[in-house]
Amino acid sequence: MKNENYQTYVLVWLGLVMLTGITVSIAGMNLGRLSILIVLLIAAIKSGLVLNYFMHLKYETGLLFKFMIPIVLAVLTIFIGLTFTDIAFR
Amino acid sequence: MIAMEIHRDDTGSKIGMWLFLLSEIILFGGLFLLYSAYRYKNPLDFHLAAWDLNRSLGTINTLILITSSLFIALSIFFIRKGDRKLSMIFLSATIFLGLLFIGVKYIEWTVKIGHGLYPNSPRLLGRNKGEILFFGLYYTMTGLHGLHVLVGLFILSVMLVLMVKGKINENRFVPLENTGLYWHLVDIIWIFLFPLFYLIT
Repeated sequence: MKNENYQTYVLVWLGLVMLTGITVSIAGMNLGRLSILIVLLIAAIKSGLVLNYFMHLKYETGLLFKFMIPIVLAVLTIFIGLTFTDIAFR
Repeated sequence: MIAMEIHRDDTGSKIGMWLFLLSEIILFGGLFLLYSAYRYKNPLDFHLAAWDLNRSLGTINTLILITSSLFIALSIFFIRKGDRKLSMIFLSATIFLGLLFIGVKYIEWTVKIGHGLYPNSPRLLGRNKGEILFFGLYYTMTGLHGLHVLVGLFILSVMLVLMVKGKINENRFVPLENTGLYWHLVDIIWIFLFPLFYLIT
């Protein structure tokens, strides 16, 4: 793993802590429907940080590492899409 | 004299770990799907029931897990550099924070159960259908996540023993890396559980 140093990890951690603070304060703000979207978006950014930096996905080479997460997310999206077309039009 | 040939495939074992983690994502994904379907059907009850969860304890546990993720990443970083002592310190700190997480979870569940809020309790059954579903999901999902933390703690401890014995060192650290991957995934799952259960009031 080239050009890797522990400062990066500490910075990512700081980012995660700040995003946690933002989520908690946004949830307290009563934004209605919008708040769930923002909160989920922040959770997605946080997991992106963990996946890329802590789990080294950013530094992995090879097609498998590039595509496995998008494939799993696509499978989940299909499941979610199919389920919601079912319950929404029932 | 027989030449000892040690067969190792570091990339292979890492890919194996990732495949396992992907199956874990699907496992929890199914539960998240169940959550969103029930929440879609009972939006008000979910908001109401979430008032009963302790937001500060949830936030504290989020910070604990994020920090433990940093510590295991640092532990792996230092074993790569050959600094076994620092690596062991960070690994022990990770285990400590994992235990702290379980401790906070224990307090949370005990208080909730003390208030009569547990699956099938008379008090819970007297509430709205959506609230019963919310607490069912709460106990199932945080319970399954807690189980993952416990398993993670066990594997982390095994890694610590292996490191003390010198079986994990700067030339052979893939088991520790794979343990780290698992621990980070447990962190990611909590990153989603936290807002969906604690922050929807």
